[in-house]
Amino acid sequence: MGLDLSYNKYSSVSLEEKERLFEEVKSDMRYQDHALYGCYECGICVAACPSARFYDFSPRVIAQAAAREDADLMYTLMNDSVWDCSQCFSCDRCPRHNSPGTLITIMREVAVRNGLQTARKALEGYGRIIYKIMSTGTQVSPDMLQPNAFPDWGGHVGDIAENLDVWRRALPPETMHTTETSWYVSEKTLIELYLIWHMTGVMDMIKEVDEGLFDILVDVMEERLEEAGYDDVTF
Amino acid sequence: MLHLPVLKSKDRDFQLAENPPTEDHHEALLELEKDGEIIVQRVTGPYIEVQTKFGRTKKIPVEKTWHHKSCGQCGHIPGYSTSIFWLNRALGLDYLDPKDQTSCTAWNYYASATSNPAAQAAVAIRNFASAYETGYFPIIHCATSFGHYKEVRQQLIHHPELRAQVRKILARLGKKLVIPEEIVHYSEWVYAMRDRIAERQVIDMSHITATVHPACHYHKLIEEDAIYTPEVYGAQRTAIITGVLNALGVNVADYSTWFDCCGFGFRHILVSRDFSRSFAVQRKIEVMIEEANPDLTVTHDTGCVTTLDQSQFAGKAHGKKVGLPVMADSQVAALAMGAHPYKVLQLHWHNTDNKAFLEKIGIDTEKTWAEFEASVQRLKDGSKQYLTWEDVG
Ligand code: SF4
Ligand code: SF4
Repeated sequence: MGLDLSYNKYSSVSLEEKERLFEEVKSDMRYQDHALYGCYECGICVAACPSARFYDFSPRVIAQAAAREDADLMYTLMNDSVWDCSQCFSCDRCPRHNSPGTLITIMREVAVRNGLQTARKALEGYGRIIYKIMSTGTQVSPDMLQPNAFPDWGGHVGDIAENLDVWRRALPPETMHTTETSWYVSEKTLIELYLIWHMTGVMDMIKEVDEGLFDILVDVMEERLEEAGYDDVTF
Repeated sequence: MLHLPVLKSKDRDFQLAENPPTEDHHEALLELEKDGEIIVQRVTGPYIEVQTKFGRTKKIPVEKTWHHKSCGQCGHIPGYSTSIFWLNRALGLDYLDPKDQTSCTAWNYYASATSNPAAQAAVAIRNFASAYETGYFPIIHCATSFGHYKEVRQQLIHHPELRAQVRKILARLGKKLVIPEEIVHYSEWVYAMRDRIAERQVIDMSHITATVHPACHYHKLIEEDAIYTPEVYGAQRTAIITGVLNALGVNVADYSTWFDCCGFGFRHILVSRDFSRSFAVQRKIEVMIEEANPDLTVTHDTGCVTTLDQSQFAGKAHGKKVGLPVMADSQVAALAMGAHPYKVLQLHWHNTDNKAFLEKIGIDTEKTWAEFEASVQRLKDGSKQYLTWEDVG
């Protein structure tokens, strides 16, 4: 189905709320730094954009909505468009020196921070990845390579899963014998990472979009943090 | 499929802009250091100078490097990282493979936005500070980390409030706000070392044709830091990978969609792979095969190797033109210097069949696979717990 840019799609949401969210986007330091200087409407970003080739998606539309300060349209795009972006930054070749990709990063972040339903939906099925990176310090791990998780990658995923332990032990760097993380991360380093998540409000963001995941993460982190003598992880 | 003709840029002269259009981050960092705001980690050991996009000079450390590993490489294509380490060892260079390194977490950030600039900067600087404490200079294996750390550097340079926040967080961890004078991608090190690698080349590759895919977050995201030289495409595009392949005698073939991304998409490769597969096959692999008919394609990033390699399986089922081996530049360089295709390059973790390419450069794939299996047998029967560098040659 194509992207519905009609103004009445989100008419149940007040203009004040849409404006509040747009203000949050505009107040981000990156927006003021370099995300948007205006737009020639030239479409160079679209020509370079991989997502525009396969989705009803356009970095130009997003840049223009922002440049026109159209809070209504920005709200629609924040819900229905931004998750199609590949974050490749091919659009950085914009002759106006805009970065539509950065604008999209900011819009996604505002959507997550405010717990928009569409953001929750976009992150469905993604929770285990967030869990992995936040709790172990490496984002993907060898044991994720399971045939049922990657059926479209063919039989070799099954070979890897079957031989995982021994093939990991056959790797010469001693940091890479792990199966649950991509390399060995020390306990002290993990504690430091947990402190960063707590001190920068990332835990609050997770709570907004996935309370179940938040509870699991708190459980895993709390024990380690307490053992390391960190009872107070606020700032 | 209709494609535009490949435009050759060799007739165009390389003209350096008199005034680079971007600020010089070196100056900005030193200024901040003078004001006591940050510590700048300098390249102290031997280094090689290269030229970046707007004609500035970048120092690439030769050794005493702190290897900031990549989660996608170490986890799913481990021979990528192993080859980087193997090259360092084969060239007799000192390096550190740290245990106090986390992922940059940028893959998750670009995929899910469940983070923010302060957290991302703190993660980056925690890693940089850990490198600084050892005296070894950070070298970044992943182009996602490389691109993201350039973003972090830019944000820290321009936002005193972010610096203050990150300094406070780092202080709580007992660390300092350290930024290295250069953010160096491992492929820049391979590029800088290409002549030394070529001197030790034992496998002839002069009959091999390869296409190159430069990673988006290497040359598009904060374009300033990427290596350019008039000798490669008249400096109209980055010299990365191509310069190495040229040194190894490989024939680098051009194709019209070289600027396109690979289709990785960060979230797409994990939860919307139909997009990644279609893009990788239709915009990259098929175009390379139709226009250049290469023996392999070479790239320099986790996401690119993964997407271009893994996507071909489904492409084959759909009757697409696929079957192009995908390797990292570090793997090709190690192979040229005689590294074992399975014990070092770990090519059994790759998806697309690469045996025809290996045989074409004179490697007996049956024999080398049997050698790998014999080593693995020693692990299985308990006579050894791990293979070491001594075991893999
Ligand atoms: S960053 Fe997003 S909008 Fe920009 S070119 Fe890539 S996919 Fe398109
Ligand atoms: S390339 Fe830049 S100026 Fe042109 S349409 Fe896209 S955002 Fe607007």
